[in-house]
Amino acid sequence: MSGVSKRALPGFRIGLGYTVFYLSVLVLIPLAACMLKASSLTWSEFVAAVWSERAVAAYKLTFGVAFLAALANVFLGLIVAWTLVRYDFPGKRLIDALVDVPLALPTAVAGLVYASLYAENGWLGQFLVPLGIEAAYTRLGIVLVLVFTGFPFVVRTVQPVLADLDVEIEEAAAVLGANRWQTFRRVLLPTLIPPALTGFALAFARGLGEYGSVIFISSNMPFQTEIAAVLIVSRLEEYAYAEAAAIACVLLAISFLLLAAINRLERWSQRHG
Amino acid sequence: MAEVKRSDPAFVRYALTGLTYGIVGTLVAIPLVAVFHYAFSRGLGAFWSNLVHNADTRHAIFLTMVVAPVAVALNVVFGIAAAWAIARFRFPGRGLLITLIDIPFSVSPVVAGLLFVLIFGVNAPLGEWLKDHGYKVIFAPPGLVLATAFVTFPFVARELIPVMEAVGPEEELAARSLGASGWQLFWRVTLPNIKWGLLYGVILCNARAMGEFGAVYVVSGRIGGQTDTIPIQVQKLFDTPGENGIPAAFALASVLTLLALVTLVAKVLIEPRLREKE
Repeated sequence: MSGVSKRALPGFRIGLGYTVFYLSVLVLIPLAACMLKASSLTWSEFVAAVWSERAVAAYKLTFGVAFLAALANVFLGLIVAWTLVRYDFPGKRLIDALVDVPLALPTAVAGLVYASLYAENGWLGQFLVPLGIEAAYTRLGIVLVLVFTGFPFVVRTVQPVLADLDVEIEEAAAVLGANRWQTFRRVLLPTLIPPALTGFALAFARGLGEYGSVIFISSNMPFQTEIAAVLIVSRLEEYAYAEAAAIACVLLAISFLLLAAINRLERWSQRHG
Repeated sequence: MAEVKRSDPAFVRYALTGLTYGIVGTLVAIPLVAVFHYAFSRGLGAFWSNLVHNADTRHAIFLTMVVAPVAVALNVVFGIAAAWAIARFRFPGRGLLITLIDIPFSVSPVVAGLLFVLIFGVNAPLGEWLKDHGYKVIFAPPGLVLATAFVTFPFVARELIPVMEAVGPEEELAARSLGASGWQLFWRVTLPNIKWGLLYGVILCNARAMGEFGAVYVVSGRIGGQTDTIPIQVQKLFDTPGENGIPAAFALASVLTLLALVTLVAKVLIEPRLREKE
């Protein structure tokens, strides 16, 4: 659909004006304030804030756990999306609905229940801890809650692409003598890569910023289980506002790069869809 | 014939279906059941007294019931204005505007909260000025509303833009040519056409607003009985020493879980109506 003439329908000016006003108050001015605050530091103070040993350890951990969780979600998401689109089985609609739970369930609830489930006396922890798999208060626990919060993204990006796939392509591959695995690898997988990457990026972005669920299951120890968001909060609690703003600027820059990448990926997967 | 060539071998089918049950079961179903199990582990009476006999918990429930609707209402007005401008008109900067609306999806909630602390907090010029005139934003409900609105503002707009584009401007143009005023146009033509999309956006936005943690955590100051919302109170109860803290945390968390489940049921009910329109 193309737009209509600004004279044919009313409300263009007030609609756009209010949109820009709201975004300015809520987003643009606060972002500018953050950069202004960070720029009150001298260059060497800025570097000291964003590149201290503790901060670097926090970035590494944040990136590592978000990456691992998003990667795990690519595999889990492909399996679940494939099963939901291709097979019929009892409880299919319920499973499909449950996939959306992480989008609606508050992260604090997720953190609370995961911390309890994987604790030594929890439902799952009682079997896992004797095997040496300790999730409560460890890095593994952080990855687990991030897998939970990012779980819907890959499923929901891959599912429509898989459902819209032309039957004929697969039949042609089979007629030409490809076996099922070859058809999957050479014909289906390439079309699933763009949506899977989009889902990966969405889950990764979500994982980088996640806070609520992490603080429950992590011990939040500097250098060990302290993610970047937790570091910002502890800087704030020390009233080191400029340092907190400096670290926030680093995270914001990464967020915007990811946002641009997600935009590109979405366009790419639409072209290939 | 076609079905045979498209279908996977039986063992693959069973293995993948089994894995799907396992994945969704472990990640989602078991935690959901566990919330209610832990919440009611000491019986209905203990569950109820955990919810109503703690003054801080009562206040947290009250505060969430005030903050979330206000933030949602602000975002509804914004969502309608933004969708109208973006879906109905073409103008320079339109693509940038759409990207700006997505910002909260990739900004950490903690950073979002920090942004408002930097503007309205102590030592910030605007914060000091407001304080001198008797207004408190940070560590007070207005800050909670701002932080919640930031995190949740894309939900209504993102639902409305595609719905409005799918409906098209024809009916509105016809109404206009028949002499409808802007107000009549909105209430009699536009709103009935987008009502399901709007309801859907409001429900998603509300679920996120009531459950927001990171952004609220930073701006609230976590003053018990004053600026704690439900999710913050859940965390405080969880950290309370003694054996009653965790069941109380789960009792309160089960309220949020119920809200999430109601949201998902509403989503399942509304989605078919959205597709009808397209």
